[in-house]
Amino acid sequence: METRRDIFQAIADPTRRAIILLLAAQAMTPNAIAEEFHTSRQAVSKHIQILTECELVKQEQKGREIYYHLNTGKMKEIDKWIEQFKKIFENKFNQLDEVLLTLKKQKK
Amino acid sequence: MSLTLFFDFTVDKANNTINIKREFAGNRALVWDCYTKSEILDQWWMPHPWKSRTKSMDFREGGRWHYAAVGPNGEEHWSITSYVKIEPQKMFIANDGFGDANGNINPKMPQSKWTMNFSDRGKNTLVHGIMQFPDLAQLEQTIAMGFKEGLTMAMENLDAMLAKK
Repeated sequence: METRRDIFQAIADPTRRAIILLLAAQAMTPNAIAEEFHTSRQAVSKHIQILTECELVKQEQKGREIYYHLNTGKMKEIDKWIEQFKKIFENKFNQLDEVLLTLKKQKK
Repeated sequence: MSLTLFFDFTVDKANNTINIKREFAGNRALVWDCYTKSEILDQWWMPHPWKSRTKSMDFREGGRWHYAAVGPNGEEHWSITSYVKIEPQKMFIANDGFGDANGNINPKMPQSKWTMNFSDRGKNTLVHGIMQFPDLAQLEQTIAMGFKEGLTMAMENLDAMLAKK
């Protein structure tokens, strides 16, 4: 799949999911985030960059420090997609209910 | 009617897995037929106003179901379901992918692995489907595929149906 910058790409990686979880609790500086991981600072910074491009993470300047915090509105987009998928199945299953009714009537 | 039937839909984002459990008012033999016989599948597999139209069905291990999802304007999306493992009236495992009218699977399109379990729930049958995607982006693509337009209509249709009951 070609490069894409959206929420699904953001959560496709385990390190990025871990960063999202960290930021769900509190806003953090890039250094504080990097300290939570064994990988290199550059690697973590690359993940943060992708999360920012996907708009899942926003940065905020506080004094001399940059803080990253989670864009919860964007997280909801994932749930919205999933909700649509659930609806598709609900509709299919309601149709199967009807089919079963017909089949049972035919057997009687 | 469907309100009293058990339905559970959970998404495990970390493992790219979706668990779908649904109870159906019918015995296991009948519900099994609904999931494995193309003439019955074509009556319900696609949410209205889409319909599935079977080109070929060979329900056995190594066999496949080749069908088109046909939209309200006659648009066609071809799907190929390949059956990997079958234990009659108990479970089957299948790989689901998109393809063309000639039965070629498109490897660039999202694919998913389905494990379907059938069990008794009183007089009814519980179907537990486990759907596994290589990644969530493919799940998103699956949803986007052809369903966007059909979906809103499908929801209206469902609302209308529920209102009548």
